[in-house]
Amino acid sequence: MNLIGENITYKPDDQFHLNNVSFNFKKGNLYTILGRTLSGKTTFLKTIAGLLNPNSGNLSFEDNDFIKIPVWERNVAMVYQQFINYPHLNVYENIIFPLKQRKISEDQIKKDVEEALKTVGLVGFENRKIQELSGGQQQRVALARSLAKKAKILLLDEPLVNLDYKLREQLREEFKRIFTQGLSEDTILIYSTTDPQEVMELNGEVIVLDEGKVLQKGPAKEIFENPRTLKVAEISNDPPMNILKGTKNSEKLSFENILINSPSHFKNLSDQGYNFGIRASEIKLDDQGEEFEIELAEISGSETLLHLKKGESKVIALIEEVMNFKIHEKVKIKFNENKLYAFDQNEELVSSPYGVSHG
Amino acid sequence: MEKLYKFLKYTFIILWTVFIVAPFLWAISTSFKDFQSVNSKVTYIPWLDFEPTLEGWRVLVKSPARGGVDIVEPYFNSLFVTCTASLISIVLGTLAAYALSRFTFKAGFVRNNDITFFFISQRIMPPIVLSIPFFIFLSTIGLLDSLIGLVVVYIVLLMPIAVWIMVDFFNRVPKELDETALIDGCNPYQAFYKVVLPNSIPGLIVAGMFCIIFGWIDFFFAFILTFTEVQLLPVKVVALNSSITPWWSLSASALISVAPLIIVAFIVERYLSKGNLSGALK
Repeated sequence: MNLIGENITYKPDDQFHLNNVSFNFKKGNLYTILGRTLSGKTTFLKTIAGLLNPNSGNLSFEDNDFIKIPVWERNVAMVYQQFINYPHLNVYENIIFPLKQRKISEDQIKKDVEEALKTVGLVGFENRKIQELSGGQQQRVALARSLAKKAKILLLDEPLVNLDYKLREQLREEFKRIFTQGLSEDTILIYSTTDPQEVMELNGEVIVLDEGKVLQKGPAKEIFENPRTLKVAEISNDPPMNILKGTKNSEKLSFENILINSPSHFKNLSDQGYNFGIRASEIKLDDQGEEFEIELAEISGSETLLHLKKGESKVIALIEEVMNFKIHEKVKIKFNENKLYAFDQNEELVSSPYGVSHG
Repeated sequence: MEKLYKFLKYTFIILWTVFIVAPFLWAISTSFKDFQSVNSKVTYIPWLDFEPTLEGWRVLVKSPARGGVDIVEPYFNSLFVTCTASLISIVLGTLAAYALSRFTFKAGFVRNNDITFFFISQRIMPPIVLSIPFFIFLSTIGLLDSLIGLVVVYIVLLMPIAVWIMVDFFNRVPKELDETALIDGCNPYQAFYKVVLPNSIPGLIVAGMFCIIFGWIDFFFAFILTFTEVQLLPVKVVALNSSITPWWSLSASALISVAPLIIVAFIVERYLSKGNLSGALK
C-alpha cells in the first residue's frame, strides 16, 4: 500500500539525474528531500508525479505499477518553487480547476475549496486575479489547489525558496501547522529543500540527495546528530560544517599547529589522521583560544557569521549576537571539543558526540 | 529643462502626427474632387476651393459595362483570401509552434531549432524567386487564377510568421504551467486548450495581426497568379491607373483599402498600449 521506488535511475544525457534511488514511503508521513541545487530533487519529485519516466527501476503505489499510469491519472499534487498558478483564472477558479477535471459534485467542490482557503488563510480572496497577489499569496493559492485536490501524494518542490526572508519564516511556520493538522492519514507528503533548518523544523523522515544519489536516509534528528559522511555533514548544515584535517595523538588532537584536548567520545579512536568536523555554532570567541584572522564578517538577523583563517585552515564561526569586526582583525576563538566529529580518510563518520548508532 | 523637454516632445508628436495624417487628409479631399478641381489649381477646402462630388466613389461600385471599375468583388475576394489564409496559418502555426516549443524532435541532424528555421527560411527568398515555382505548382494542380490557389499560396507565406511569433511566445510560457495542468488531471490536449491557449491570446493577436497585414497588402503574388477570373484588391487598385490617372477614384479606393487595417490597428492598440503582449505570464 506504500509508495515504493526500487533502483530508479534517470540518465537523460551523460549525467545521472537519479542514480539507483530506492525508497519506501508510508501513508500519513512527511518526507523531506535535502540536497543542494541540481542534486536531483526536482527530478525525484517529477518522477513520482509522472512527468519524467525513469530509464530503469520500478515505482509502485498501492500495489499498482505507477510508471504505466500517465500523469493526469495518478492523482498527485505538486507545488513548484516558481509560483505556478493559472494566470487566466482567478483564485477560486484556480483552486477548483483540478476538482472540475475530476468531475466532483458542485457541493463537494464548494466545501473543499472553502476548507482549503481557510487552511492557507486566503478567505475573501476568491475573486482576486492571480497577478494582483504577492509572491507569498500566489504560493498559498498553489498550496490551496494542491490541498483541495486531496491527492494521495503531495509533492512540494522548494516551495519557499523564491520568497523573501521574512515571508519564508512566516510561511514555514504555517506549513508546519498545515502538515501536522490539515493532512489526512492516507496522504504521503514529500517536501524538497536546500535548507537544513527547514528539514529540522519539519522534522520528518529525511533523504539526503547528492548528484542523484541517496547519501543517507533517516529521521531528521539522526541526520543532524550522525551525518554518515563528510558530504552529508556539509549538506545538512548551514553554514556547512567546518572540516579540519588533523591527527589524533593519544590525549591530544592537533591541526594547523593548534593543540586541543581529545574529547571523551574520541577515546576509542586509533591514533592517526582524521577529518575533524565542527559546527559553526560550536566555535566561540574566547580570550584563551587560538588566534585567527577575520576574512569576512557578515551580520544576518541577530547573528554574526565570521569567516576565519589560520594558515591553510578556514573555518566559519556563528556568533549569536551582532558584533562589528574589521576585516584582517585578529580574534581568539575556542572549539567546543565535546561537539567534535571525526571522519576517517574515506570521509566516513567514525565518531560523533551523539554516539555512532550505525556500523 | 522640464518645460523644454515637454515642448520638444509635443512638437515632435505634432509633426509626426501631421506627417502621418496629411496623406489621409489629402486622399479624403481628393476623392471628392473631379477632373477640374485636381488639374486646374491647388485646392484644399470643399465648397470653398472646389465643389465636392461623389463621382470618384461612384466609379468604384459601377459595373465596367457602365463605365465603372467595380472593386466590390475584388474587395470581398481579398477579404476572403486574407482571412481564410490567416486563420488557417494561425491554427496550424500555433499547433506547430507549441510542438516545437514543448517536445524534442530528432531526425538525423535535424533538431527543433532547425525546423523552426526551416519555417522562417520560407521568407528569406525574395518573392520573385518563389513566383515561378508557385506558378508552375498552381497550374499543375489546376488552381491558377482561383481563390483556393491564392489561399494555398498565402498560407505558405503567412504560416512562417505565425510559427515564428508563437514559438517565441510559447518559449516564454513556463513549462511548469503545462506540467501543473497535467498533474491537475488534464491530458496533453486539455492542457493545451484549457491552460496554454487561454494564456496565449496576446501572442495569437499579434501573430494574427501580422498575418492579416501581410496577406492584405500583398500585390506581387496576387498579380502573378491571377488573370481574369479572380482579382484581388491591390491589383485592381493599381489597375485603375490608366493613361489618365483618375486621382479621385484612386484616392477613394486607397482609402477603403486601408480601412480594414486601421480597424485592426485600433483593436490591437488596446493590447499594445497596455504593454501586456508578452507580460501576461510574468
